[in-house]
Amino acid sequence: MMRILARTRYALAPLVFLAMLAVALQAHAQRTDPNAPVEDPDAGAVKEQKLLQQDSRIQGRIDIPDKRARVLIQPAGRVWDHYHEVTLRWIGAIVILGMIVVLALGYWVLGKIRISAGRSGRKVKRFSAFERFSHWLTAVSFVVLALTGLNITFGKLLLLPLIGPEAFSAFAQAGKYAHNFVGFSFMAGLFLIVALWLKDNIPKQVDIDWLKQGGGFIKSKHAPAGRFNAGEKMVFWLALGAGAAVAVSGLLLLFPFYGTNIASMQFAQVVHATVAVLFIALILAHIYVGTLGMEGAFEAMGTGEVDLNWAKEHHDQWLAETLAKERSTEPPGHPTAAAAK
Amino acid sequence: MARMKFLCDADRCIDCNACVTACKNENEVPWGINRRRVVTINDGLAGERSVSMACMHCTDAPCAAVCPVSCIFPTEEGVVLHSKDLCIGCGYCFYACPFGAPQYPRIGNFGSRGKMDKCTFCAGGGGTEVTGSPEEFKKYGANRLAQGKLPLCAEMCSTKSLLAGDGDIIAQIYKERVLRRGYGSGAWGWMTAYHV
Repeated sequence: MMRILARTRYALAPLVFLAMLAVALQAHAQRTDPNAPVEDPDAGAVKEQKLLQQDSRIQGRIDIPDKRARVLIQPAGRVWDHYHEVTLRWIGAIVILGMIVVLALGYWVLGKIRISAGRSGRKVKRFSAFERFSHWLTAVSFVVLALTGLNITFGKLLLLPLIGPEAFSAFAQAGKYAHNFVGFSFMAGLFLIVALWLKDNIPKQVDIDWLKQGGGFIKSKHAPAGRFNAGEKMVFWLALGAGAAVAVSGLLLLFPFYGTNIASMQFAQVVHATVAVLFIALILAHIYVGTLGMEGAFEAMGTGEVDLNWAKEHHDQWLAETLAKERSTEPPGHPTAAAAK
Repeated sequence: MARMKFLCDADRCIDCNACVTACKNENEVPWGINRRRVVTINDGLAGERSVSMACMHCTDAPCAAVCPVSCIFPTEEGVVLHSKDLCIGCGYCFYACPFGAPQYPRIGNFGSRGKMDKCTFCAGGGGTEVTGSPEEFKKYGANRLAQGKLPLCAEMCSTKSLLAGDGDIIAQIYKERVLRRGYGSGAWGWMTAYHV
């Protein structure tokens, strides 16, 4: 009895072996048979193109502490690159060079707008020392920011071929630090300007009259204006808007990824650069009018005092108010301050 | 001439981070900088996928195009190198890079960006240092390519999912794999990096 059982044990071993062999052969046949259906172990797993269709970027989980690195692919980087290298350059070149051409044409056609009645030799105080300080703080900061900012976009095209890579990198490095720090003095100056001049820049009826009469561009006529004419008010409000936009976007760029992700950083840079080039064109016009364009204009911000006839021709309502105030505040019996000068 | 590329076989990557560790060690990358990383999509769910990512050394690299001081450039073999002497740490290459490769140490004023650092394909750097010199190693990390070796991340990959080398050869390897096993999720990032 025992020997029969023992013998069956020997029979079982090859049977089991044969069974295993059959299974193995079957599996092997499946693997090498090109017609056999293959199971894709991660058929339900995500594919790259599908993810990119669902969202602008692919992100997942990451082991290292820097959680920003969990973005795997953001193809928008190439789009942003194209905007910065191509589109922005065109916008900047057209807007800035175009403004220079327009101003040159203006100077060629109109020339320097003279004081029609000639200088009277009498002065009226227009801007206080603090107002002038605020303006120049903003203005000088703006020029530094504009030049260093333009260097980022146009420097490698215009300056790098002239001075070589080492010198250009050193200059660009210094420019980067200048841009980062002077941004704060610009913001401070802008804040002061707004605080000082907001009330004088509220649009009024006289501004519509000024515009209807052709503003300051018609030499024979002198349109009425308050302390600031409609043109200056436009510069004020545009500068405030543009200044606020570059300040906010600039702060975001200065402190990257504090509450922003890659898409909002790219957007902040686009806003910053685009508004900046438009702002530069605006300020070029402002500088032109304040220097070349008009006789008697620069001293307003240079010394703080303007010629009486200039004030009469360009800011008649303001002059009337100022003189009336002087007359009412002077002690009785004394000649008027304006007449004594 | 070989055109160097990376290919991560996402069907084989097991998120072991051997590539990350190998790169960190071989190039003595400073603390806080990660040249290579592994990102896991749908972690823990069915259909989880891990991909190892560093610089892809793109064709028409957007980082090179946008750099304001032109310090990034491709070599003859397609490896994108940069010069840390010329870099001003503006951060634009990171905004342009589709793969988040550029990294910056926070050593400037108020923790602002220092010189950019990124995967070099273990090919040293684009500066003026002598190839393979200690100065080059200190600045950019290993130069294995000059010794005829491939990047260490791919060499150390535990499942051979990360492939590095001549683009045609590794594409062929991957194609053979996909044919043999019958499935493949594609070469992640190749459309964006190499337009293929």
